[in-house]
Amino acid sequence: MTIMKDAPERTIKDLEGDVHPDWCPGCGDFGVLKSLKEAIVELKIPSHEVLVVSGIGCSSNLPGFIHAYGVHSLHGRAIPVATGALLANHKLRVIAVGGDGDGYGIGIGHCLHAMRRNLNLTYIVMDNEIYGLTTGQTSPTTTEGHKTKSTPRGNVEKPIQPLALALAAGATFVARGFSANQKQLTELMAQAIAHKGFSLIDVFSPCVTFNKINTYQWFKERVYDLDAEQGYDPTDLSAALAKSLEWGERIPLGKLYQVERPVYEDTEPLFRKGPLVDHKLGLDKATFDELLGEST
Amino acid sequence: MATEITVGIAGAAGDGLDRVGDTLARAAARLGLSVFTYNSYQSLIRGGHTWLRLRIGEKKLTNHGDRLDVLIALNQDSIERHVPEVASGGAVLFNTKLECDPDLLPKGVRAVPIPVADLTKDLGRLPPVMQNTAALGALLHLAGLDVEVAAEILHETFRHKGEEIIRQNVGTLRAGYEHAVKTEKPLDFKWKFSRKRRPVVTGNQMIGLGAAAAGCKLYSAYPMSPASSILHWLATHSEKTGIVVKQAEDELAVVNMAIGAGHAGIRAMCATSGGGFALMTEAIGMAGMIEAPVVVVNVMRGGPSTGLPTKTEQGDLNQAFGASQGDFPRVIVAPRDALDCYEATVEAFNIAEEFQLPVILLSDLYLAEHRSTIDADRVSPDVKIERGEWANGTGNGRFRRFRLTKSGVSPRARPGTPGMMFIAGTDEHDERGVLVSDEHTNAAIRRKMHEKRMRKMDEVLKRLPAPKLEGPSKAKVTLVGWGSTHGVLEEAAARLEEDGITANRLHLKYLYPFHGRKVKEILSKCKRTIVVEANYAGQLARHLRAETGIEAKHVVTRYDGEPLDPDYVVQRVKDCVAGRAQDLKVQKAEAREMAYHYIRIHLHDEARPARVSKGAKGRHGEPVFDVELVSRKGKEPRGRLVIGRETGAIHAYEEQGA
Repeated sequence: MTIMKDAPERTIKDLEGDVHPDWCPGCGDFGVLKSLKEAIVELKIPSHEVLVVSGIGCSSNLPGFIHAYGVHSLHGRAIPVATGALLANHKLRVIAVGGDGDGYGIGIGHCLHAMRRNLNLTYIVMDNEIYGLTTGQTSPTTTEGHKTKSTPRGNVEKPIQPLALALAAGATFVARGFSANQKQLTELMAQAIAHKGFSLIDVFSPCVTFNKINTYQWFKERVYDLDAEQGYDPTDLSAALAKSLEWGERIPLGKLYQVERPVYEDTEPLFRKGPLVDHKLGLDKATFDELLGEST
Repeated sequence: MATEITVGIAGAAGDGLDRVGDTLARAAARLGLSVFTYNSYQSLIRGGHTWLRLRIGEKKLTNHGDRLDVLIALNQDSIERHVPEVASGGAVLFNTKLECDPDLLPKGVRAVPIPVADLTKDLGRLPPVMQNTAALGALLHLAGLDVEVAAEILHETFRHKGEEIIRQNVGTLRAGYEHAVKTEKPLDFKWKFSRKRRPVVTGNQMIGLGAAAAGCKLYSAYPMSPASSILHWLATHSEKTGIVVKQAEDELAVVNMAIGAGHAGIRAMCATSGGGFALMTEAIGMAGMIEAPVVVVNVMRGGPSTGLPTKTEQGDLNQAFGASQGDFPRVIVAPRDALDCYEATVEAFNIAEEFQLPVILLSDLYLAEHRSTIDADRVSPDVKIERGEWANGTGNGRFRRFRLTKSGVSPRARPGTPGMMFIAGTDEHDERGVLVSDEHTNAAIRRKMHEKRMRKMDEVLKRLPAPKLEGPSKAKVTLVGWGSTHGVLEEAAARLEEDGITANRLHLKYLYPFHGRKVKEILSKCKRTIVVEANYAGQLARHLRAETGIEAKHVVTRYDGEPLDPDYVVQRVKDCVAGRAQDLKVQKAEAREMAYHYIRIHLHDEARPARVSKGAKGRHGEPVFDVELVSRKGKEPRGRLVIGRETGAIHAYEEQGA
């Protein structure tokens, strides 16, 4: 049993949720969950200040497996629910999580607009290139030619390039992780959560049950660490764009891009008086009379 | 001597009739008169035909009425279309550069041409919209209203534009006024001015003000007529009201943001119209499931689909009942006038938070956009704010957010509170929020959790006042309505009584949960129940059947986009009483409007309808109207349109001499 405390959690055990994850043994999402907990511990954020918001899908079950506040919302709607919660209380650490179908399929519109809005929000996408919970249909990131239940002759649509989209949409932190590279992933998450502005981490998180193409092995043969690249500058948008489109034989992992830009919360004058949840409710007589008086 | 006047201002969109209408409305309101205005505008920025009516009276006015005393026509088209509607004793005001065909003038109606160019030649070069101000000046004399109050309002309106603009506007107003004083006897109106200033407001504005008074902190929206003016009002007044206003990418984002904010502990609201509401429905079910408070306003317009973006209808009642899958607690409230928009909004927030559920406010374009005076003494910021039950103490990390309680309400906790962490899931869940939907389903927990949520409806119903019969307890007919038609039905009932048909009314504000037993008790004692609503299918009538088993004797509907008015209701109720079926044939005035459409599309607006007569039988498989078209200038015959009286089909256009 977890004991209530105000102090930051010291170990990831303190962040264990009520139930054990119901993911398939070997699922990439285990690694993502572990890294997220490690990042929260590393950043010394008390768990009650964390709100994890997900959509629907295997990976969107994650809030149930971490001892923090959580909303397991609707398919594709994690971002706007997270946005609303953040606007209500911008002192919360709001982290949105979900899968590629949730974020890049049904929820892509919200995803892009949240990026240009530059809210202080972290979005972790567990990208397995397949719809897992619905038992194996093509997803927005499914590779061309991949035979799935809904594309028995092979997928004919070009997969989405989420990192390129994020850069174009104005995200201020864009990274890619791999759930088998735990150390790097934890580090990326800690940086993303600490980043002031919208951060996206696209995580290769293999589906061991329904994706027999993009396996751990498949990724291991292709991924490389950007940190090992001589002279790579993560503040250079064109360089980041080039890396974001790299796919095939070599796929980059790591932080592609990070810049500082005013966050939405800084531009809202009403936030100067603190989070909205702490504001007084209602109108005083003078303001009310003034508002109604405009109509006489 | 009359103590009520209806002024119609007609022109094209872009003619600036809003400004002159605003000045007149506020001037009358400052004199202490009651004002009710309605603008039949089009979804166009410029062009089209715009028809603003202002009803002004000493007694409290509850609707825009159904007569016309003075017409201010800003273009030729408006003269042709509206002069025949002016009541005897009235007048038609127009710039001398337009022409008013004496044949069009009804008996006892004066034509008042105003030589705007001559009157204003000393004021410098004026924009064309200034003809409105000259006409307003003349009207103030004719109607016996106070020109000084109007001048004072123009001073205030143009203060930020500088002395020269003020001089021009006030000068034009006075020139029009003095011209009328010299040339025209006043019409037959006599007023007592209390000079008690009344605010002139819209329903949308009062929803905005109500939200602010209720402590709303976030308003999210996507532009959609006729809800957008809530967005505009709140955006303009964001800092004063303390409401953060966020325009989002679509209505999905809008409602999900509001729900996320409600979950995090603030009061949040969003508004839209039918199409946007359709997009919001899945999330409204989520609010029911995760027990988050949210207020969703649907300002209805004519449907289906894109429908009539700038016209009114009460067509979304079924949609509100059926929004989202499954059963979940929801509350549907339909405010009945501008003042009620204020009260209902405050109440909506209280219910939403106390019972942790979505509250749907059903307004409509008529209520949202008409302007009316309210008694400032009847609104106050001193409203009750009830935030419901909050868990205190610590959850020790095991807080049961969805505790199975007798009332169905489980005390909630604000995310950010130490020790109270929980998951709010849209899947079925247990008291902690742990899923029981998927891998580990549990029928027993599901049943009790579902019952817990639905139990809240019983508690809400207890709190909602039961509807009461208005008017005499015994009457020949009982009019049943909902939402914005309250004032129209009130006046219709009074007129029916004058005509020997006693009428009382049952007006429904709370549509869900529904006081079925009480309504049944009332209606089972009524002689003849007539449901009146602005939609095609009779959605309230169906709801009454479902909730009470009572079938209304008649349903009076309107779905042409125009609001119900007292005369419309009175005539149809009389038909019902006389056993006449609602006449759905094309009416003469409608044949004329159809002709205008044909002329615009096919004849480049270069003709106008003249005589409308019953056509020869036999050729088109239905009775027809013959509409003679004449040229705009010179009135030469242009041709004849043959319009089916049953179907409304244009069967033929026979060109003159062809």
